[in-house]
Amino acid sequence: MIRFDSVSKVYPKQTRPALRDVSLEVEKGEFVFLVGSSGSGKSTFLRLVLREERCSQGQVHVLGKDLARISNWKVPQMRRQLGTVFQDFRLLPNKTVAENVAFAQEVIGKSKGEIRKSVPQVLDLVGLGGKEDRRPGELSGGEQQRVAIARAFVNRPKLLIADEPTGNLDPQTSVGIMKLLDRINRTGTTVVMATHDQNIVDQMRKRVIELEGGRLVRDQARGVYGYQH
Amino acid sequence: MRAQFVLSEIGVGLRRNLTMTFAVVVSVALSLALFGGSLLMSDQVTTMKGYWYDKVNVSIFLCNKSDAESDPNCAKGAVTDDQKAQIKSDLDKMSVVQKVTYESQDEAYKHYKQQFGDSPLASSLTPDQMQESYRIKLKDPQKYQVIATAFDGRDGVQSVQDQKGILDNLFGLLNGMNWAARAVMALMLVVALMLIVNTVRVSAFSRRRETGIMRLVGASGFYIQAPFIMEAAVAGLIGGTVACGFLVIGRYFIIDHGLDLSHKLNLINFIGWDAVLTKLPLILATSLLMPALAAFFALRKYLKV
Repeated sequence: MIRFDSVSKVYPKQTRPALRDVSLEVEKGEFVFLVGSSGSGKSTFLRLVLREERCSQGQVHVLGKDLARISNWKVPQMRRQLGTVFQDFRLLPNKTVAENVAFAQEVIGKSKGEIRKSVPQVLDLVGLGGKEDRRPGELSGGEQQRVAIARAFVNRPKLLIADEPTGNLDPQTSVGIMKLLDRINRTGTTVVMATHDQNIVDQMRKRVIELEGGRLVRDQARGVYGYQH
Repeated sequence: MRAQFVLSEIGVGLRRNLTMTFAVVVSVALSLALFGGSLLMSDQVTTMKGYWYDKVNVSIFLCNKSDAESDPNCAKGAVTDDQKAQIKSDLDKMSVVQKVTYESQDEAYKHYKQQFGDSPLASSLTPDQMQESYRIKLKDPQKYQVIATAFDGRDGVQSVQDQKGILDNLFGLLNGMNWAARAVMALMLVVALMLIVNTVRVSAFSRRRETGIMRLVGASGFYIQAPFIMEAAVAGLIGGTVACGFLVIGRYFIIDHGLDLSHKLNLINFIGWDAVLTKLPLILATSLLMPALAAFFALRKYLKV
């Protein structure tokens, strides 16, 4: 699903690489935590997977494709197979819950009939049935994140990227979000989640990849957050 | 691509930047009105050239008795009948000449009286003081020089005059004005383009949340950019329509009514409505494509995939 071969990334005008010689592979259907302190390279890792950036050295494969070989105009096609969730939700405040989710389908040209069918389905899945016509401002943080997850999942991506999805939520709400992500993972969707949340990582007991100063320092099946190598 | 979605996005965008949209419309309208105006001006000059060059002659003025005393070109005395016959036969042999007419002193006197009958100078004039001349109509009015080199300085010839030279001064002036209009147009066009680029930039910035999400869920570059490009194109098209209105109204009031030059200056042949109407599609197309292209290039910088 994701394969990094000795990937390094140096941003322009910076001498210190953001990623150094990282090699790893994420299989289809896995649930992976990406941990590390701020500046460790987590965000760069995710940006490379989304092809918001290109790597300086090495090769990045996502969904079996070498991202260096995908031309710019084909990148949108590739992104349609990925879902993304962020710490700050990134919802459109003047659209309702249903419209926010439908937006992700409208802009890739899905038909009205398809949208009318899939939006209520996915809202039920994330537990927001009955709140279709609310606006994001009227919802709690946890509910807003559920809308964002619904939007990321409505096009049935093969890979879900979550960048600190519980970063703005209290522990109780976070648990609910994690259960939801776990459920999505069980439908066969690969999930890669960057997080600082120790409790969650310790509870879930999934694969943990730790970055430090741009280097891969730990890759452990069923790991915990604080493990020191 | 769902048309309804794109259309509503355009409407929202245009209304949000109402003042900027207005500025774009006005600057596009002014620059394109000048553009059309300068095109029509060149048409007008061409029409006038065609009309007048048909009517202008090259004149060979012959020496009379008073010239023989005062004009160095006529130092050898007034023109003789032999010289006149020679000039006539030489002219008839020249291939550039279409028609030669002879004007005697009496005819010249008559024409002069007709034109300047009221002036005190005319009443003191006698036919003796008038010059005989050959009026030559050329097949190609540009070929004046051939006549000038052949006859200037010949015995009995006082001077060779080209009426076209007088017209060329006028056309030169009109052309100069035309270039000035084009310079202003170019400047206005630059202003319009910069306004469009800026408007698109503001528009893209105020919608960065939407476009960011569109990028993430894999909307194509075209789908993301289309609303912005069409927004600029619609504003441009409104400006172009206004410019077309200016031209139509301008021709109506300057030539037919209002200033009514077609009656006041009935010596001049004015351009017709067809000249105006054929410019309109060009102006509309420019007003649509130019802002769209400007927006497209502005977005390449601000909306990366």
